[in-house]
Amino acid sequence: MSYLPKPKLHHPTLPKNALGYTRRDYEGAISTLCAGCGHDSISAAIIQACWELSIEPHRVAKLSGIGCSSKTPDYFLGASHGFNSVHGRMPSVLTGANLANRDLIYLGISGDGDSASIGLGQFAHIMRRGVNMTYIVENNGVYGLTKGQFSATSDKGSKAKRGAVNTDEAIDLVGLAMQLGATFVARSFSGDKAQLVPLIKAALLHEGAAFIDCISPCVAFNNHEGSTKSYDFVREHNEAVNRLDVILGRQPITAEYAPGSVTEVTQHDGSVLRLRKLAPDYDPTDRVAAMNYLQERKAAGEIVTGLLYVDPDPTDLHANMGTVAVPLNRLGDAELCPGSAALARINAALR
Amino acid sequence: MKPTDVRNPDYFHKVVDCQWACPAHTPVPEYIRLIAAGRYTDAYMINWHSNVFPGILGRTCDRPCEPACRRGRVEHEPVAICRLKRVAADNKEDIAARLPPIPKEKNGKRIACIGAGPASLTVARDLAPLGYEIHVFDDQAKPGGFIRTQIPRFRLPEEIIDEECGYITGRGGVVLHMNRRVGSLKAVLAEGYDAVFVGTGAPRGRELEVPGRKEAAANIHIGIDWLASVSFGHVHTIGRRVIVLGGGNTAMDCCRSARRLGGEDVKVVVRSGFEEMKASPWEKEDAMREGIPILNWLVPKEVLHDDGRLTGIVFEKVRAEYDAKGRRSLVPTGEPDVAMECDDILVAIGQENAFPWIERDIGLEFDRWGLPKLDPATLQSTIPNVFFGGDAAFGPKNIIWAVAHGHEAAVSIDLFCRGEDVRNRPPPEVRMGSTKMGIHEWSYDNDVSLDLRYKVPHRDLSQSLRDITAEVELGYDRELAYKEAQRCLNCDVQTVFTASLCIECDACVDICPVDCINFTENGEEEELRQRLKAPAINPEQALYVADGLKTGRVMVKDEDVCLHCGMCAERCPTGAWDMQKFFLETAKPKARQPACAL
Ligand SMILES: Cc1cc2nc3c(=O)[nH]c(=O)nc-3n(C[C@H](O)[C@H](O)[C@H](O)COP(=O)(O)OP(=O)(O)OC[C@H]3O[C@@H](n4cnc5c(N)ncnc54)[C@H](O)[C@@H]3O)c2cc1C
Ligand SMILES: Cc1ncc(C[n+]2csc(CCOP(=O)(O)OP(=O)(O)O)c2C)c(N)n1
Ligand code: SF4
Ligand code: SF4
Ligand code: SF4
Ligand SMILES: [Mg+2]
Repeated sequence: MSYLPKPKLHHPTLPKNALGYTRRDYEGAISTLCAGCGHDSISAAIIQACWELSIEPHRVAKLSGIGCSSKTPDYFLGASHGFNSVHGRMPSVLTGANLANRDLIYLGISGDGDSASIGLGQFAHIMRRGVNMTYIVENNGVYGLTKGQFSATSDKGSKAKRGAVNTDEAIDLVGLAMQLGATFVARSFSGDKAQLVPLIKAALLHEGAAFIDCISPCVAFNNHEGSTKSYDFVREHNEAVNRLDVILGRQPITAEYAPGSVTEVTQHDGSVLRLRKLAPDYDPTDRVAAMNYLQERKAAGEIVTGLLYVDPDPTDLHANMGTVAVPLNRLGDAELCPGSAALARINAALR
Repeated sequence: MKPTDVRNPDYFHKVVDCQWACPAHTPVPEYIRLIAAGRYTDAYMINWHSNVFPGILGRTCDRPCEPACRRGRVEHEPVAICRLKRVAADNKEDIAARLPPIPKEKNGKRIACIGAGPASLTVARDLAPLGYEIHVFDDQAKPGGFIRTQIPRFRLPEEIIDEECGYITGRGGVVLHMNRRVGSLKAVLAEGYDAVFVGTGAPRGRELEVPGRKEAAANIHIGIDWLASVSFGHVHTIGRRVIVLGGGNTAMDCCRSARRLGGEDVKVVVRSGFEEMKASPWEKEDAMREGIPILNWLVPKEVLHDDGRLTGIVFEKVRAEYDAKGRRSLVPTGEPDVAMECDDILVAIGQENAFPWIERDIGLEFDRWGLPKLDPATLQSTIPNVFFGGDAAFGPKNIIWAVAHGHEAAVSIDLFCRGEDVRNRPPPEVRMGSTKMGIHEWSYDNDVSLDLRYKVPHRDLSQSLRDITAEVELGYDRELAYKEAQRCLNCDVQTVFTASLCIECDACVDICPVDCINFTENGEEEELRQRLKAPAINPEQALYVADGLKTGRVMVKDEDVCLHCGMCAERCPTGAWDMQKFFLETAKPKARQPACAL
C-alpha cells in the first residue's frame, strides 16, 4: 500500500466524457491493498467503464461484503453511494436497497470467499431473483484478507503457497449463475482490461442480473507455481470465446468484419453488444449450449473467458413482483399505507 | 522500437529537462532539494561547481531551464529555478573552506585570458586549482565584463559581483591585469603563453542608420555605451521623454534605467511583434510594471531635429510576412507614419563582435560574419593554442553560455597543455543509486505539491524608481523558497525498469497519475506514440522501451509528463520499478572537486 494520495495532476490531454468529467474524477481513495493485487486492476476497469458510459457517480450504489475484494469500493467512484456490509451478506443488502430504490445503478463487489464460501446461499438467491445489478466476484481462489486459506473456488489440485494441495472440488460460480437464472454471465481476468472494461460496461447496461467472475490473482498468497489462479497460469490457460465491443446508439460502425465472425446482441436499453467470435459456433444466447461448452472446456483444462451468456430480454425482480415504477423510497405514507378501509376490503376478499 | 539503452548518460540526462537545457548542465533538482532541506551552502556549492556565479545568475540568468521545466507541462508555470538559486546564494554560510585549494606549486603552464567577463573567469576558475598560472587582461577597472558594466544595479548589486569574482581572482593563481586593453594578439602570442583564451565579448552596439541621426547626435545614445556610463556614474540624468529602440535585454535595461534617471515618459519601440521580441517575458513584464509601454511593428524612418536639437522620431508601420521557407520579412502596412516627440533616444538594436586588435595575418581565420572559425566542441581556433568563448565565440548570448564555453575551453586548454587530443572529450561524471528506504519510503520527498508558482516579492515601485541602485527584487524568504522548492518534481529521480522482475500485473499502469506507463505490442515509434494509454504528443521527449517480458509485449513509458512521484515503484509488487537518483556533472579539467552534497 502507499501512504500518499495519488497526485491530483493528470495528463494534459486527459479527455472528458459527456458529463465533463475525466477518468480521474471517477477514482476513489488510494488503495490499501497489496501492491500488485489483481483487485486494483478491476477497480481501474470499473473506473474506466463508468467514465466511458458517462455514468453520473451519484447514481451508483456500490455494495460489498468482507474481504480484500470487498474493500475495493473505497478505491473507485469516490462520489457514489457505498455500503460495506457483512461477510457473505452483500446480496441481501443489495436486494433490499434495490427494492427500496430501483432508480440507482447497483454494483455488487464480492470475493470468492465472500460469495462462494460463506455467502453461497445469498449468491444463489440473488441470481434466482434476477435483481437488476452488476455483480462482480474478484476471484483469487483464496481468502486474501485472512492470509490465504483456500476458498471454495480454489481448483482441486491447486497448491497453496506453503505446498498444501486442495482436495475439494471447486465451485464454479459462472456455472451456478447460469443455472440459477442470471441473464448476463461473463468471465474475465484482471490482467486483461481490453476484455474486462467492455464486459463491465455491458453488464452495467444490462437490465437484469449480470454476473462477472473476474479472476484476480492474489500476489501475496496465490501467485506461485502450482496455483491455478496466478498471473502466469491464467495467461497460459485463458481461452476467450469472443471479444466484445459495446456500441451505444450514436457511435458509427468503423471496422469491417468477415461474414459470420460477428454476432450482435441488442440489449433492452438499446445498446448493442458486438461480439467478435474467437471460438467458432459459440452462441452466447444459447444457455444450455453455453453450459455444455463450459463443462467441456473446463475438463480440457481451459479457463474460458468472454461474454458467456446473455439474455437480450431479461426480466428483473421488480418486473416479477409488479412493483410500481416510482421507487418505493419516494412513495409517501398515503401510497404506501392505503388505510384501514382498503385493508378491510382485502381481508374481505380473502374470506 | 529498439529497447532503450539507459546506460547512455544522455538518456536520463534528457529526462532532467532543466539540467539538459542549462548550457552548463547545472544539477537543478539536486540543489532545489538542498534548498528545501535548508542546506543553502550545499545548494550554493552544487551551483558554484556548475555555473560559477550562482548569486549573479540567481538574479540575472536567461534561464533556458525554465521554459524546459517539466512542471510547465503538467501545470501552468515552471519551477522558479533561477530565483531559487538566489536563495542559496543569499542564505549560504562562508564557503571559503569549500573552495578548491590553489596549489602553491605551479604546473609551469601560463595561460592568458583576454577579457575579464564570465567566460574568461570560468576558464581561470577551472584551471587555477590545477596549478596553472592565469593572466587575465581587461580594459576595465574591475573584473566581471558586461556583468559589471552593463547589467543595472537595480537588477544586480555590485557586492554580489565583487564577491563571486573574488572567489576566482582573490585566491592566488590568477593574476589580474586591469585597465589593460590588449591591442595585438600577435604581441600576446609572442609573450609565450602556453595557451590564450579570448573572452572579449561582443562589445559594439549596432548603429541606427536613418536621416537626422548625425545631426541630433547629442541626444542619441548607443544603449550599451550609455548603460556603461550610467554604471560608472558618468551619467546621472536623462530627458523627460525617452524613446528606447529595440526589443532585447539591452532595451529593457535602458528603459528601466531611464525611468530612474528622470525619464517620466519612457517608451520602448520595437520593429517586430511583442511575442518575437528577444527580451525574456519577465523582463518585458518588469518594464511594463514600471509604466513603460512597449510599442510594436514600428521601424525607425527619420530622426527629427530642430537645428541639431532632437525633437522626435518618425516610424513606419509594418507587419510580418513569411515566405515559403518561413523566413520573415517586415513589409510596410501602408498606414500613415507615426511621429513621436522625445528628448532622448537610446539605441539598443543589437550588438556586434569586433576584433580590431586581432591581426588578420597571424593564421587566425574568421568567417564571413566576422566571427572566428572555431571547432564548436573544443572552441579551438585555427591557431591551435588560441581558444574562444562567451560572446566572442559565436556572437552575443548570455552569461550562462559564457560560463559553459569557459568550462569547455578549460577542458580543451588542459588537454592541449598536456599534449593530448582536444577532441577527445572526457565523459561526464554520472552516478546512479536507488532512493528506496523502505516499502514506500524514499530518500526524496515524493509527495507532489499542487501549489502554483510563488511570486518573488518586489520593492515598492515608487521607492524603486527613486534609486537606480535599489535592487527591485527582494528575493524569496526561506519560507517561500521552501514552498517553491517543493514544486520541483525531482526529475532526476529516475524511473528505472527491470523487465525480468515484472509480472505484468498492471499495478503501475493503474496507479500512474499521468498515464505514462503501457504494456503493449511493440511497433514503430510514430505508430506506437499514437496508441499509448495517453498519446505521446511531445516528440522532444523519449519513449522508454523495455523488452524481455513474459507475454512478449514491451513496456513503454512516455517520459514527457512523468511526475517522478514514485507511485509506480510503490505499487510494484516485485520491485521491477525503482526510483534511482541520477547525478550528472559535466567533465571539468581533471582533479575535479567531488560534489559535496550527495
Ligand atoms: C545591457 C545588457 C544586459 C544584459 N543582461 C544580461 C542578463 O540579465 N543575463 C544574462 O545572462 N546576460 C545578460 N547580458 C549578456 C551578458 O552580459 C553577456 O552575454 C556576457 O557578459 C558575455 O560574457 P563574456 O565573458 O563573453 O564577455 P563580456 O562580459 O562581454 O566581457 C568581455 C570583457 O572584455 C573586455 N575587452 C574587450 N576587448 C578587450 C581588449 N581588446 N582588451 C582588453 N579587454 C577587452 C570588455 O571590456 C569586457 O570587460 C546583457 C548584456 C547587455 C548588453
Ligand atoms: C462472519 C465472518 N466470518 C469470517 C470472517 C473472516 N474473514 C474475513 S475476510 C474472509 C475471506 C475473504 O475472502 P474473499 O471474499 O475471497 O476476499 P479476498 O480477501 O480474497 O479478496 C474471512 C473468512 C469475517 N470477517 N466474518
Ligand atoms: S492479500 Fe491478496 S487479495 Fe488481499 S490485497 Fe493482498 S494481494 Fe490482494
Ligand atoms: S520540475 Fe524540477 S527537476 Fe523537473 S524540470 Fe522542473 S526544476 Fe527541473
Ligand atoms: S513516477 Fe511512475 S507513477 Fe509517477 S508519474 Fe512517473 S511513471 Fe507515473
Ligand atoms: Mg478471495
